[in-house]
Amino acid sequence: MTDLLTEFFSYSFILRAVIVGGLVSLCAALLGVILVLKRYSMIGDGLSHVGFGALAVAATLNLAPLPVSVVVVITAAFLLLRLSEKSGLRGDALTALVSSSAIAIGITAASLTTGLNTDVYNYMFGSIFAMSNADVIISAVLSAAVILLFAVFYNRIFAITFDGDFASATGTKVGFYNSLTAVLTAVTVVIGMRIMGTLLISSLIIFPALTSMRLFKSFKAVTLSSAAVSVVCFFIGIFSSYAFNIPAGASIVLVNLSAFIIFSAVSLIKKRT
Amino acid sequence: MSLIKCEKLTLSYDGVNVINDLSFSVSKGDYLCVMGENGSGKSTLIKGILGLKNPSGGKIEFGDGLTQKDIGYLPQRTEVQRDFPASVLEVVMSGCLNSKGILPFYTKSDKEKAENAIKLLGITEIAKKSYRELSGGQQQRALLARALCASGKLIILDEPTAGLDVLASAELYKSVSALNREKGITVITVSHDIEHAVTDCTKVLHIGTDDCFFGTTGEYINSSYGRRFWGGNKV
Repeated sequence: MTDLLTEFFSYSFILRAVIVGGLVSLCAALLGVILVLKRYSMIGDGLSHVGFGALAVAATLNLAPLPVSVVVVITAAFLLLRLSEKSGLRGDALTALVSSSAIAIGITAASLTTGLNTDVYNYMFGSIFAMSNADVIISAVLSAAVILLFAVFYNRIFAITFDGDFASATGTKVGFYNSLTAVLTAVTVVIGMRIMGTLLISSLIIFPALTSMRLFKSFKAVTLSSAAVSVVCFFIGIFSSYAFNIPAGASIVLVNLSAFIIFSAVSLIKKRT
Repeated sequence: MSLIKCEKLTLSYDGVNVINDLSFSVSKGDYLCVMGENGSGKSTLIKGILGLKNPSGGKIEFGDGLTQKDIGYLPQRTEVQRDFPASVLEVVMSGCLNSKGILPFYTKSDKEKAENAIKLLGITEIAKKSYRELSGGQQQRALLARALCASGKLIILDEPTAGLDVLASAELYKSVSALNREKGITVITVSHDIEHAVTDCTKVLHIGTDDCFFGTTGEYINSSYGRRFWGGNKV
């Protein structure tokens, strides 16, 4: 076991993936508490599909994939989080519409040029080989921003998530905080989806919050527990992915699922006694 | 000088006027009940007063040292809140945010304010409990305590007893009346309950489709609305 761990950390690409993934898991968990409670659980799924479309199109046009997808996904996040309130379409319907369209565009673009090659496969299912040094820096900056903003605006985030009308009636700029959430979620999804894969990144956002909500009853406890659960599940997941030779995304999701089942069971036992 | 004065106020949704040329005023110590059928624009009017909706005509003026941010608001309960993981104290404390400006954290005096509000509404023993485990009546009390943290001057309640049983409703009304009489807090409430309006409130605003009534409760009983819904001055 110790040998395996030493071996695991001796590869620099794994080290990069662990750093980026750990930081992204932390951000995703914090943002996830807000998104799950606001009934936007599917937003991560929708955004990752948009990210897939953007990456595929950028690759076809020989553009830098990361900047293109960040811009496109931020735009999509605004559309989904802000405009769904104003347009006639409901949030969940709009998300479904946008995500399948984006996948279709991405696959069409890829098929017309390079075909469905390894790159496309990696975007879909994730890869721990994908992280560059630039990704390490971006994810470090992102997570520092998310943690700092979350800590400083913690009380306002609570007020807005619990009751947007009340918060805005008492002078909190709800629109600003919602936009901030949209941008941070978009960047988290784009960075995380290359490890986790388009299909599985949304689990990083929803699982820790849902798991923590089984057991904890105050907002503070749920937030702290989500962050801890997320990071721990990520490390166990990515290590098992190496040990058992399974894709990282799938193994992380399965660890998260186990955590969810354990928390649910404990909560059930607590209720019985 | 009135706390709130609406003059020829018009509010609209998607280009359709919901509130038309409405004028009324609220003075310090009033307990105003806003009545009207479903869809008559009661909640829209509240949103207008709270600044959540801009008037498309006329104006809303605040006086007597009241600003728009100083209003304690008890909204209709939403689906999101039913299973929200938050302690009662966390919910009540969030009422203190409007006085904080750009400061991000609560101070000791905020905590004392929240604890006083909790005590005033008799929910001290459930302060540490989770909001989602409370009964409907207890949830409304927690939200009322939050409104008190936001304002010691004016609280606005939007159908506070919707979904509550008769007993819980009566107790909530009793608490609100006590806040109005003993603490001198001005109250605006949206209600369907004419008995509550007539027994507890000092003024009534009835928004009808064609005409509106605004006056004291005594005048309301003898108005055409009062005769229709309450049977005139039968007491």
